[in-house]
Amino acid sequence: MDNGNIIEVKNLTKTFGKFTAVDDISFSVKKGEIFGLLGPNGAGKSTTLRMLSTLSQPTKGTATIGGYDTVKNDMQVRKLIGIVSEKMIIYNRLTAKENLYFFGNLFNIPKDTLNKRIDELLELVKLTKFKNAQVGTFSTGMRQRMNVIRALLNMPQVLYLDEPTLGLDPQSSVEIREFIKKLNQEQGTTVVLTTHMMVDADLLCDRIAIVDHGKIIALDTSTNLKKIISGADTMIINLEIANLTPDILSAIKALDCIDAVTQETAAQLRIIVHGEDAFDTIVDLVRKRGGKITSMSNLQPTLEDVFLHITGHDVRDTVAEKISTERRRFGAPQARVR
Amino acid sequence: MTAQTIIKHSLRIAWKDLMELFRNRMGLVLLIVMPLFMMVMVGFIYPSGGASLNNMPIAMVNEDAGFNGSYLPSQTFFTTLQSINDQTGMMTLTTASSLEEVTDLVQRGELSGGIVIPSNFSQSILSGEQGTIIIVTDQSNPQISATINAVLSGVFDGMSTAMAQQNVLLMNPTLNQTTALAVVKPLTVQSQGVVPGNPSYFDFIAPGLMAMTVMMSVMTGLPVAISHEKELGTMDGMMVAPVNRLSILLGKTLAQTLRGLIQGAIILALAIGIFGVAIQGNILLVFALLLLGVFSFVGLGIVITSFTKDQETAQMLMMTLMFPMMFLSGVFFPIQQMPGFMQAISHFLPLTYAADALRKVMVLGAGVSQISTELLILTGFGVVMIAIALPVFRKMMTR
Repeated sequence: MDNGNIIEVKNLTKTFGKFTAVDDISFSVKKGEIFGLLGPNGAGKSTTLRMLSTLSQPTKGTATIGGYDTVKNDMQVRKLIGIVSEKMIIYNRLTAKENLYFFGNLFNIPKDTLNKRIDELLELVKLTKFKNAQVGTFSTGMRQRMNVIRALLNMPQVLYLDEPTLGLDPQSSVEIREFIKKLNQEQGTTVVLTTHMMVDADLLCDRIAIVDHGKIIALDTSTNLKKIISGADTMIINLEIANLTPDILSAIKALDCIDAVTQETAAQLRIIVHGEDAFDTIVDLVRKRGGKITSMSNLQPTLEDVFLHITGHDVRDTVAEKISTERRRFGAPQARVR
Repeated sequence: MTAQTIIKHSLRIAWKDLMELFRNRMGLVLLIVMPLFMMVMVGFIYPSGGASLNNMPIAMVNEDAGFNGSYLPSQTFFTTLQSINDQTGMMTLTTASSLEEVTDLVQRGELSGGIVIPSNFSQSILSGEQGTIIIVTDQSNPQISATINAVLSGVFDGMSTAMAQQNVLLMNPTLNQTTALAVVKPLTVQSQGVVPGNPSYFDFIAPGLMAMTVMMSVMTGLPVAISHEKELGTMDGMMVAPVNRLSILLGKTLAQTLRGLIQGAIILALAIGIFGVAIQGNILLVFALLLLGVFSFVGLGIVITSFTKDQETAQMLMMTLMFPMMFLSGVFFPIQQMPGFMQAISHFLPLTYAADALRKVMVLGAGVSQISTELLILTGFGVVMIAIALPVFRKMMTR
């Protein structure tokens, strides 16, 4: 690890039958970095994370954590990592303390150290007074906090977070994000997180890998990724048409200068365009079709726009599309139980 | 990874599983209620007392025309039947006018059967011929008709013997009663069990039921417990810890075994307390046998676990396997009653041997040496199944 990389991934591939979930990806994560895998559901983010955490074996390629191979030295890797999954890893019928004690024991932490650490962690997420209550009685936010500190029991060098804010209310999401940031800054914990929430990626990650259909299609800092858009002659336009009809919408989409269109509200469109006269072309078209423009402005690009620009489709669109093609191929939709 | 760590981890996992089990009130209640239901139902449907049928309505038709004004044979028959029935209360005796009436009443379901004494009954007997009685049975209920046949044949047999005895005495007055009886009926049977007392159907079924409950709890409990955790995602928590996969398996098995043994103990307590089952053998041997039964089933449970993706499949698969096993292993019905190919199948089921051995110990008071064959087969079955199961399980865990 002379180069400062704690995670090295080389040509990692995972196939389920004929379906390729992760397609020959390579990347590395620096020690102390917050690294994000951003992409729609089913893009292969979680599968990648599962392979990095020894839960799944790669079909091809290798991954090392702190120099240890995830297949050959799985036990060593497990000592270095903590995992916070979208599915909460806590037992509802055990108390907060019993849960932590159980998992701590699996890491062979000596009793005194473990007890001390449990108290510290509970204090850290303000759950000390609930330590003898069964976790099943907790709110979702509290349970997610439990889920996070459970992953920290062995003081992992690498923390994996799989959709950490999924299903949480905005306030809990903020809390979790701040907690991750604090952990990274104070303990120097390397964090790898997957998300389809652009906000998470934008606010937290030092570097972001945009993943689509099992491949990494862009990897850079948030700022640099956004430059992909603002650098070229590409613009983001916010367009409000009072009497927006499907007819007008499809006419706009058919224009040459349009890269992508997303409908934000009934009257509001977010359009990625290129070319100098794009503004005029759109205004002309809308007028000709009898549309009434109430507002038009230039926007700062977001990661969402970057995603749209590179992949040509929306983060959310792909989900439905993907499921329907898979359904056609494999018959009934199947829950992948791992 | 030392063996000590593996065992330590598995104990932790077992503790966690049991903790979850005991905190689940409803589950805990069902844990006790399930064997109770099973016992009570089986216990009362197959009564443990001697006489099994009560107050069957039976009609008698007496068409006896007598012989020289004597009705003695038919009168003797009625008196004997009456006195036997007074003791057992098996039949409610009424009279009918003809065979046709009896047939009609049986068809209507008002009678379980009838006894017809033909007009030449006394005449035949008193003139040195065989007397015949017609027994009308309800063929729609084989059990009742078989019982009636048996009881009436018994009465008739007794009467025949007594009459023959008298005839012999008449022919040779120098003989005494005993010798006369020996001439008529040179052979008699005295049946004797290996242990005192008269074991009931329930003594037969309790050991099998125990073996079944305990072994099934591992076979069904293990796949359900593991697939449940896989579905919840909590399995990942154990899998990302530096824990040997064997510990997870061992811990889960331990918890399910304990659960099974608790249920087995409840069955045993109910059998002794409510149904008066007596344990002739060593109770420790009983539990040791149950544990061996669990051991022989663990491999099967693991294989099933490896092939089921979710809890629903696991449960359905269990039901499919459980029913044939329940009936083919001789838990409810003796294997000897089954057709040949079923008997052949039953020889491949470990439950057959466990139930058999347990029955020998509990009912017949057998010791280790008397059940050594069963012990050997169960151990062998367990070893082979586990040897098959472990590689399969390892493969499943690292998909």
